[in-house]
Amino acid sequence: MHTVNLSDVAVADRELAQTIAQRANVNLRDCYQCGKCAAGCPMADDMDLSPQQIMRALQMGLTEKALSATGPWLCAQCMVCSTRCPQNIDITKIMREVRRESHARGHRCIPESNAFETQFLKGVKADGRNNEQYLAAFYNLRSGHLAQDMLSAPKMLAKGMVGIGKHSVKDRDAVRKIYEKCLEKDGEQK
Amino acid sequence: MTELKYSWFPGCSAGSTGIAYTQSAKYVADKIGLEMKEIDDWCCCGTSAARITDDDLMHALPARSLALSERQYPGLDIVAPCTGCYSALKGARHWARQSEENRRHVSELIDMDYAAEADVKSLLEIMVEPDVVDLTVSRLQKTLGGMKIACYYGCTQVRPAEVCNFDDVENPTSMERLLDACGAECVQWGFKTECCGASNHVVKPKAARKAVERIFRNAKACGAEAIVTSCPLCWLNLDMREQQINSEMGTDYHLPVYYFTELLAMAMGATPDEAGLGYHFEPAAQLAQDRIVADTKTEEVTR
Repeated sequence: MHTVNLSDVAVADRELAQTIAQRANVNLRDCYQCGKCAAGCPMADDMDLSPQQIMRALQMGLTEKALSATGPWLCAQCMVCSTRCPQNIDITKIMREVRRESHARGHRCIPESNAFETQFLKGVKADGRNNEQYLAAFYNLRSGHLAQDMLSAPKMLAKGMVGIGKHSVKDRDAVRKIYEKCLEKDGEQK
Repeated sequence: MTELKYSWFPGCSAGSTGIAYTQSAKYVADKIGLEMKEIDDWCCCGTSAARITDDDLMHALPARSLALSERQYPGLDIVAPCTGCYSALKGARHWARQSEENRRHVSELIDMDYAAEADVKSLLEIMVEPDVVDLTVSRLQKTLGGMKIACYYGCTQVRPAEVCNFDDVENPTSMERLLDACGAECVQWGFKTECCGASNHVVKPKAARKAVERIFRNAKACGAEAIVTSCPLCWLNLDMREQQINSEMGTDYHLPVYYFTELLAMAMGATPDEAGLGYHFEPAAQLAQDRIVADTKTEEVTR
């Protein structure tokens, strides 16, 4: 069993944990560590810290530990944890808020995950719609996994499931403006 | 019976990886007189990328299409065939209805008034209504021939329960009722609402494959000969990854993965190509052709 002397935990770390919990509208004290969230999590096997352990880290004020973990970056947002929590804690939202804070502080615990979402939103900002073939191609370039899923590509091309043609909205400006209003407020880019 | 007329949000996969779903859904809609009016200039729902990134973006992107729909088709509820889109749209509506402040805020973001009145439904949700099930059965030329099916709902059709308000969050049974009424023999299994791994199949393939392998393993162990879904992302993650899992993990799964609309289309007389079965990675036409045959007993009675 790992022991933590709570007097040594920095006040700033404890406060940051509280801030993250507030953003998720969660009271950290509600969690009694039953573990149902981790038991049902489809990705827990591959996480360094499971949803249950992320909750514990925040309770203890070990915020940096939570922010540098891969767990929140691997979260598939399937919402099983929130659904099964006997205390009705929205753990999915906690995972999301931890990941956002981690991202804001420059962590890229799963760089591929960041590359994928960045590329996805870039496409939406430009075209108003997602073009899967371009998303896959640019993701491969961005993440360095150049040959990924290339074996499936010929079949998809042959069947006409994907092509070189893009689809987009007519009113591209409208979608771009929404994107800018949401993500580039106060001149600060997220 | 209420008029089967809806505003239609196709979603980004409708013409590409989800083309078999679109094609079969249109075939079935035509047979049962379901009218779907496509929202002009709909945009991407933002899906998990927007959700992960920012609350405003995850509400505003769907709200734009919902507001356009309310303008173009006043009084019509909106149907999204993809359950990922359904979740984003339904979530944005839910949030906008929580307070007038929320509704105004999202209206400002999209520079349009969004009333948040029209409801959002998934295609599965409207197809499992009891009177639509009856209507569907009345249009069948063939039955599903006792096909042993594992009905796979995935995440976003059922979660979060307070937003989706669909069936049962852990053990939904409405897809089973629809397909059983069409002559299938759906199996009891434990993975109907498990996650397929979503975009982790792209970003962390090894981790995500395990999630899908467990789904195939459970379906097979419970006696299923096919899996049926209503989500293009679930479909892609199961169908496209099945053979990859076999070669990467040493398994031997050969379960076709169908959209529920493909089987209904076949039973209504579509050819395998018309039903979209030519788009599959795991061969799917043979099993459908073997099982979906004219019910001789019914024919005799009619004669």
